[in-house]
Amino acid sequence: MQLVVGGVSIGCIYALVALGFVLIYKATEVVNFAQGELMMLGAFLAYTFISILGWNYWVGAAAAIICMFFAGNLVDRVFLRPVLGQPQFSIVMVTIGFGYMARSAAGMMPGWGTETYAISTPFSSEGMQLIPESMGSLVISQTDLSVIIATVILCAVLYTFFTHTRLGIAMQASSQNQLAAYYMGIPVKAVFSMIWGISAAVAAAAGILLAPTTLIDTSMGFIGLKAFPAAVLGGFGSIPGAVVGGLIIGIIETLAGFYLPPGFKNVAAYVVLLIVLVVRPQGLFGQKTGKRV
Amino acid sequence: MRFLFKTDYDQDIRIAKHSGYYWSYGLLLLVVIAAPFFLESYYIGQMTQLYIIAIAGVGLMLLAGYTGLVSLGHAAFFGIGAYTEAVMTGNGIPLPFMDEPMVFSFLVSMPMAAIFAALAGVVIGIPVLRLTGIYLAIATFAFAIVIEEVLSRWESVTNGYTGLLVESLYVGDLELSDGPPFYFLCLGLLILVILMSINLLRSPTGRAMMAIRDSEISAQSMGVNLARVKTTAFALSAGVTGLAGALFAHKLGFLSPESFTVFQSLELLVLVVVGGIGSLHGAIFGAMFVLALPQGLAILKDYLPTSIAETPGMEPFIFGLILVLVIIFEPYGIYGRWLKIKHYFQMFPVYKRATFKRQKAYMKSERLK
Repeated sequence: MQLVVGGVSIGCIYALVALGFVLIYKATEVVNFAQGELMMLGAFLAYTFISILGWNYWVGAAAAIICMFFAGNLVDRVFLRPVLGQPQFSIVMVTIGFGYMARSAAGMMPGWGTETYAISTPFSSEGMQLIPESMGSLVISQTDLSVIIATVILCAVLYTFFTHTRLGIAMQASSQNQLAAYYMGIPVKAVFSMIWGISAAVAAAAGILLAPTTLIDTSMGFIGLKAFPAAVLGGFGSIPGAVVGGLIIGIIETLAGFYLPPGFKNVAAYVVLLIVLVVRPQGLFGQKTGKRV
Repeated sequence: MRFLFKTDYDQDIRIAKHSGYYWSYGLLLLVVIAAPFFLESYYIGQMTQLYIIAIAGVGLMLLAGYTGLVSLGHAAFFGIGAYTEAVMTGNGIPLPFMDEPMVFSFLVSMPMAAIFAALAGVVIGIPVLRLTGIYLAIATFAFAIVIEEVLSRWESVTNGYTGLLVESLYVGDLELSDGPPFYFLCLGLLILVILMSINLLRSPTGRAMMAIRDSEISAQSMGVNLARVKTTAFALSAGVTGLAGALFAHKLGFLSPESFTVFQSLELLVLVVVGGIGSLHGAIFGAMFVLALPQGLAILKDYLPTSIAETPGMEPFIFGLILVLVIIFEPYGIYGRWLKIKHYFQMFPVYKRATFKRQKAYMKSERLK
């Protein structure tokens, strides 16, 4: 049980990163291989605001998230708009290229560098008793709890946004048929920039939440690669799917690390991914795919 | 400007489109054969490396450029080839009817390396063939990570992170895995692989591959057996890449799992894209680019102010930047640029920019509601 709690907390991080993938995929049908890097940039921004400039934790975190929103917007304007309408593969390669650039740029920034850093948070890493001692011991640290709560809130907000606001519905429309969306008067390009911004902001939130557990460094973005299995498991393009997928992957990984020989922890997620792709490619919550000529 | 008059249907699939091809490629062949007699050993080594990477590039090009299946895990096949070669020529394989482990000559082990990689390609290929586009890329990606972990954990065979020494190859007294002899081995195999690919691409299978790339549904309606052709493409691509891996093992002389990470896969993909996707020339140009970039940057560093030159991480930044710029401004890569330049001089002075104009397509979701 204790393991499951740990798994849920790391799973939430995967879920948040996977959420970023899903948002972009849902709207633009692009898989963003630089999602992990966006998360890394967000965490570094938060580090700059909180530890270097000495701002309050909440202010710093909010500032980092807002900055990343604009950064995501910018990424779309600069790198992705020129290749809009090109084959999907080219666009994916652009995001891979951007990932390379972001990682080394963070390494080159004065004050950031290639070392690891920590952010001081208001959450202590001390455990809290979740259920009474008599019913068995179940401890959760405040850090983990903060991750879980933040994930729940973010998911609820995003879900409402997609299903209940005009902008969210416009995003869904432009994902299904760009041309038709144009005809309906949806500014597709602006919508895409917007979605990149939102996705980057979610990534930044994930980065800030992850910072106390794994510390910040330039290779932090590799967590993003672990979020692929989560997104696929849930069915690319499904917001609740991404969350459930992230949780399942997190739990499986923690359990594999405990019960199986070393080495399995690293690959467990990918083995699950392969199995899911073979057995049920559309994922748990995905729609059946098909194509009209 | 040369006008080709077609008098025969066979002209369409002839290897050399006109006599000029014999001259230019013959000259190129002479130059690369003569090269080791003039160059210093360092440059011979670099050229050898170029050929090895180019073989892997051709392997991935068959899959990504001609069949339209993007693999993010080709380093896995590269690694399988390399380790197969190292184990078979080194410690040998224990066989049930032999007292001692059997050590193979490279004549056996290299094809075996290719076959092993191809088998791995089939194993991963068959289940993931139902997937398309990005799912396929992610599946191959996961496969590569699993293989990487296997390479580092299966210590009785691969020696894990301690690394595995690769024995040198000998034919009689001549050491084959170093200097000019190795150069010629790699060159020979590269030419073989290219010829094989050219022949494949003008055969029905090759044309079926291209049909799948352009439209899976149209290909299927024209009677192409999707599953079979895709598996063939996967196996061939993996096999060729495995062969490159086997050569790479001898080139390095020392294997460790770090040489076969996801980043190598990405580098191969960058090779294909920057070189020019959908052309065998592109694989060669791309290999040159991947090999020349670090060297070029190293030279450039001497001219830059120290504060910039000393910054770590410059190289991946440039790498990513070039990748992005190429996709935005020159989607057919170096080979595309070369074609344009050639076309410009052929058509001089009436070159039209619009000849190579790209068409924009508005994306329609493949998802059905």
